[in-house]
Amino acid sequence: MPLADAITPDTGNTAWILASAALVMLMTPGLAFFYGGMVRGKNVLNMLMMNFICLAVVGVLWIFFGFSWSFGASHWGGLIGWTKDFYGLGKPAVLTGVWTTSAKVPVLVFAMFQLMFAIITPALISGAIADRVKFWGWTLFVLIWASVVYFPVANWVFGTGWILNKLRAEDFAGGTAVHINAGSAALALVLVLGKRAGWRRDPMRPHNVPFVLLGASLLWFGWYGFNAGSEGAADGVAGLAFTTTTVATCAATLGWLLVEQLRDGKPTTVGAASGAVAGLVAITPACAFVSPLGGIAIGFIAGILCALAVGLKFKFGFDDALDVVGVHLVGGLTGTILIGFFGFDHGALAGGVEAKRGLFYGGGLTLLWVQIIAAACVFGYSFVVTFVIGTALKALGLFRVSAEAEQVGLDESEHAETAYAFSTLSGGTLTHPSGGAAAVADQAALTRQEV
Amino acid sequence: MKLVTAIIKPFKLDDVKIALENLGIQGLTVSEVSGFGRQRGHTEVYRGAEYTVDLVPKVRVEVVVDSVDAAKVVDAVVEAARTGKIGDGKVWVTDVEAVVRVRTGERNEDAV
Repeated sequence: MPLADAITPDTGNTAWILASAALVMLMTPGLAFFYGGMVRGKNVLNMLMMNFICLAVVGVLWIFFGFSWSFGASHWGGLIGWTKDFYGLGKPAVLTGVWTTSAKVPVLVFAMFQLMFAIITPALISGAIADRVKFWGWTLFVLIWASVVYFPVANWVFGTGWILNKLRAEDFAGGTAVHINAGSAALALVLVLGKRAGWRRDPMRPHNVPFVLLGASLLWFGWYGFNAGSEGAADGVAGLAFTTTTVATCAATLGWLLVEQLRDGKPTTVGAASGAVAGLVAITPACAFVSPLGGIAIGFIAGILCALAVGLKFKFGFDDALDVVGVHLVGGLTGTILIGFFGFDHGALAGGVEAKRGLFYGGGLTLLWVQIIAAACVFGYSFVVTFVIGTALKALGLFRVSAEAEQVGLDESEHAETAYAFSTLSGGTLTHPSGGAAAVADQAALTRQEV
Repeated sequence: MKLVTAIIKPFKLDDVKIALENLGIQGLTVSEVSGFGRQRGHTEVYRGAEYTVDLVPKVRVEVVVDSVDAAKVVDAVVEAARTGKIGDGKVWVTDVEAVVRVRTGERNEDAV
């Protein structure tokens, strides 16, 4: 167990991880706007809410048992984790301890940083199943999915579990645990829930493209906490992660736009935003294990691959509304597997991280093979368990909205709201529980006067 | 009295308004509308998927005028709204049976 008591925290590291936690927190609202801009105007609030509710639900789960299951001691040969003292996060050892003896960051600071990862991972799934899911059904899904998919997988990849400690695969900030995990779950849910009414017939244009770019930019900003914060310390490796994150995102934006120019004849705003996100996804597992040039290569490849992959849903006929499979699954697989090629030994920088050489740096096929196994295992586990959860919720009638609700739009049918007052003329009356009758009476009096 | 209705390109609204003001027209009503004629729509591409947008935004200008002025008004609108390219719009004239100015109760020609 990496918890150590009675050690004074390192203030520099602690400050950076606190800041990183706040940065990663902002990614979920950023994602909400990235997705929200891409749906139709009648569903934008529902899309924002599907993301925002992840903050609310997972934040509570994390204190009760999420942190314990993700970062507790290993059991059953690395398949599951828990530590009793972590339940509730209030035991003296938790309150006064630091997470590792090297970085010396207080346990609660580390726990809050990792909470933000647990929040955004289920939120990523929401874009695939936009426009068709009952809000409370989704909320229940997030609760179950975080508990039986994210927490165990985070333990395998970030904690004491088998992928990090037995297989020894490299995933610095969550290419497997976050992106392949969410992308695979997205694919499973899309298959369970089925297509939206009118898919491929009705125009389902993004209703607010500026939101899409704004959301992508917030994601990029927050991603520095995600990747450079994953070092757990304010040091040179964090600087390397920051650098590769930046250049991979730049190169991926160029790659995506290049595909659009050659294929569609025009570079688009949605394409630039999507390319940036694809680059961020792909560099996530690799950011501390590759050189800046390696980062450019990974980003550029991911930008091109993801721009091509978003067309797969039309070829195979699955309605992944906002391309979570095309961007997160494909981008996550790309980054995770490319570590096997571009992984380099950054020698003096290494410090806490273990850097292995990939195929292009004389490391042979060992690392590549390990990366493929890790990616495949997370993909398979997430897909199967998500498929079961989704099928159960759907069978119970909790998951898919009625055809009528879908037609009207989920903002009105699920939340009794509309995002935009398109007209100043709405012609209604206000009824409030505490004064509703009076308001109606006033209105009646007004109507009589007019007559 | 006649109602002159014009469907024009949105960016031509100011030209049309100035032309009508120069004729001494006292008021007009403008609404944002969408539709298509021979121009049809355009194509947008999002993540490689093509969307055909059939309905193009247009502006509808409505003016109620004395019958004798109708032809002049139509000519002024047509001249001001024309670019010569497809999608310039249409102007039509309809008969108006009665007009009342709400504030004063004036009727018909007096109310125009």
